[in-house]
Amino acid sequence: MIDMAQPLLEVKDLVKYFPVYSRGILMKKVVGQVHAVDHINFAINECETVGLVGESGCGKTTTGKLILYLERPTSGEVLFQGRDAIKTFSKGSGEEKMRLRRAMQMVFQNPYSSLDPRMTVFDIISEPFKIHKHVSSNEWKERVYKLLELVGLEPYHAERYPHEFSGGQRQRICIARALAVNPTFIIADEPVSSLDVSIRAQILNLIMDLQNKLGMSYLYISHDLSSVRQISQRVMVMYLGEIVESATTEKLFDRPVHPYTRALMSAVPIPDPKRKMNIILLPGEVPSPVNPPSGCRFHPRCQYATSKCSQEKPVLAQVDVDHYVSCHYYHKFI
Amino acid sequence: MNILDVQNLKTHFFTEAGVVKALEDISFTVEKGCTVGLVGESGSGKSVTAQSVLRIVPKPGKIIGGKILFDGEDLLAKKEDDMRKFRGKKISLIFQDPTSSLNPLFAIGDQLADIVIQHDRVKKDQALEQVIKTLKVARLPDPEQSLGQYPHQFSGGMKQRICIARALLLNPQLLFADEPTTNLDVTIQAQIITLLKDLQRDLGMTLVMITHDMGIVAEMCKCVVVLYAGHVMESGDIETIFEKPHPYTEALLKAVPRLDQTRKLTSIPGNIPNLIDPPSGCVFHPRCQYAINICMEKVPPLEDVGGSHFITCHRWRELQGGR
Ligand SMILES: Nc1ncnc2c1ncn2[C@@H]1O[C@H](COP(=O)(O)OP(=O)(O)OP(=O)(O)O)[C@@H](O)[C@H]1O
Ligand code: SF4
Ligand SMILES: [Mg+2]
Repeated sequence: MIDMAQPLLEVKDLVKYFPVYSRGILMKKVVGQVHAVDHINFAINECETVGLVGESGCGKTTTGKLILYLERPTSGEVLFQGRDAIKTFSKGSGEEKMRLRRAMQMVFQNPYSSLDPRMTVFDIISEPFKIHKHVSSNEWKERVYKLLELVGLEPYHAERYPHEFSGGQRQRICIARALAVNPTFIIADEPVSSLDVSIRAQILNLIMDLQNKLGMSYLYISHDLSSVRQISQRVMVMYLGEIVESATTEKLFDRPVHPYTRALMSAVPIPDPKRKMNIILLPGEVPSPVNPPSGCRFHPRCQYATSKCSQEKPVLAQVDVDHYVSCHYYHKFI
Repeated sequence: MNILDVQNLKTHFFTEAGVVKALEDISFTVEKGCTVGLVGESGSGKSVTAQSVLRIVPKPGKIIGGKILFDGEDLLAKKEDDMRKFRGKKISLIFQDPTSSLNPLFAIGDQLADIVIQHDRVKKDQALEQVIKTLKVARLPDPEQSLGQYPHQFSGGMKQRICIARALLLNPQLLFADEPTTNLDVTIQAQIITLLKDLQRDLGMTLVMITHDMGIVAEMCKCVVVLYAGHVMESGDIETIFEKPHPYTEALLKAVPRLDQTRKLTSIPGNIPNLIDPPSGCVFHPRCQYAINICMEKVPPLEDVGGSHFITCHRWRELQGGR
């Protein structure tokens, strides 16, 4: 029984530091830490899509990998259906691990490199059946055809090889492979970024359809705010390993509060000549995540920063129902 | 006045797998002092158009037809020697990928100064002065200190500023910017867009902005040329194109998510055509919701439909009545 009030996934105080070594040949010494993910907290409910948006290197992909234990967290908790996922992955029995692996799947940015060119589509999609042994072999064919249909491909595609497909079709194959183990939760990391503009809508619509049909939950990772708005019910904005703002999609896009979120949104060009941009230019570039800035990590680029911002780390404060912001002066922007 | 007038340009690539018809019939004009958007998806022919104008189409590509008039002069009739003097000086290009277009083995100062020395036959210090001046124009922080540094020491955004400076070194009249922000983060993209807009205004330069992003076009450009599979679908000024778009442009605008609204996305069915074996008739017909028999049979001509709006579509006029 799943308690309705309990989120499907809970991430608590999750941290990942990567050690940085000195260049010495004999003695490798740790000289610093990449603060890739730094004490983040969030939850995802059943049948919900949560967007994680931020610029390159801010820690989005690492967050996804930590949830799936593809990277080992430095500290923190990941609860899936209320149970400790990190413990299951690290200490659980083979069967427990496999079960959890089936429940949580990941779809990657590049559908070109994530498919083995020597395998047919049938072999690619049925491979999880071999690994997980959750489908008996006389049912494989029927299941593969069903999955192909679900992602908008035809039965005859099963006998073909990845190179015979366009980028969009390959991403469909990747999604079918992820669905082969009947997951309840999918982490989609930039699933449309490498696709052509006219193909992106096909995949975004497919992801949304699958939610309606199968009750899927998603963590949708992207640097593209427009697609995040399109697909998510809730959105988290990440900067240098931290979540700086999180809210329902409507609130975040209608009333962004954090100065970083506001600058980010002002920088997105809108395909409408009547709506000219009013760019809030941020000075400089994102600082290094090795020894990130003190206090509020955004302070060196923030036009509102005071000495308090460089000294004290702001906490994620609630500014409205379902709206959290990490900024000392958020009340100015509400 | 048109600084550039491209007429029926045809550039093919003669590969082992077959002839790739990268540009089949490209015609458009660029007004002096304007920013014109050249938009299309990958493979539509944007970069090959710029390469053709500069006559730097890589092998096995070849310009096999058409005219390219720059200030009235036919570039395709020029000798290669004369063309060399033209490149960088009259027409310049910011390459699509800043990382691979800078030479990793040479310091920034040296590789940029070389361009000035070769073209203007000046001494090295004079060339370096010009380099510093241009790096300042491109708003690279600390240009003097940067001269001795190598490309890998710069971030993506800074590399792009260096590439912009390199393209501006010889004060060109016409600048092609090939997807200058594609691999950059959105806040860095905003810096580069602002820079290019300011440069265009302050230097009175003509800018052809190559992009797949209709948002960038709407923001920066006065006129647009929409490409699809080696054909011009339409060209005209930005307001007209957003108001009375070609079926392809219309479909594209309905398929892209927008920051300012949540709406149902209408996806465009099918895939981008294979240019070795492109569709018959209108190249867009297999994916067009309005396609009828004639669209399969006959290539629609590029028609002047008034108000400097050019359209390649059998049904556009008729569809305007119903919209
Ligand atoms: N194995 C590793 N060793 C050291 N540093 C790493 C490792 N993996 C990631 N990092 C660093 O962690 C930070 C976060 O990386 P991550 O890949 O999660 O960012 P991202 O937001 O997904 O970026 P992008 O959008 O460019 O993919 C970056 O500074 C990155 O360089
Ligand atoms: S010519 Fe026909 S197929 Fe081509 S865009 Fe017009 S209506 Fe569509
Ligand atoms: Mg990433």
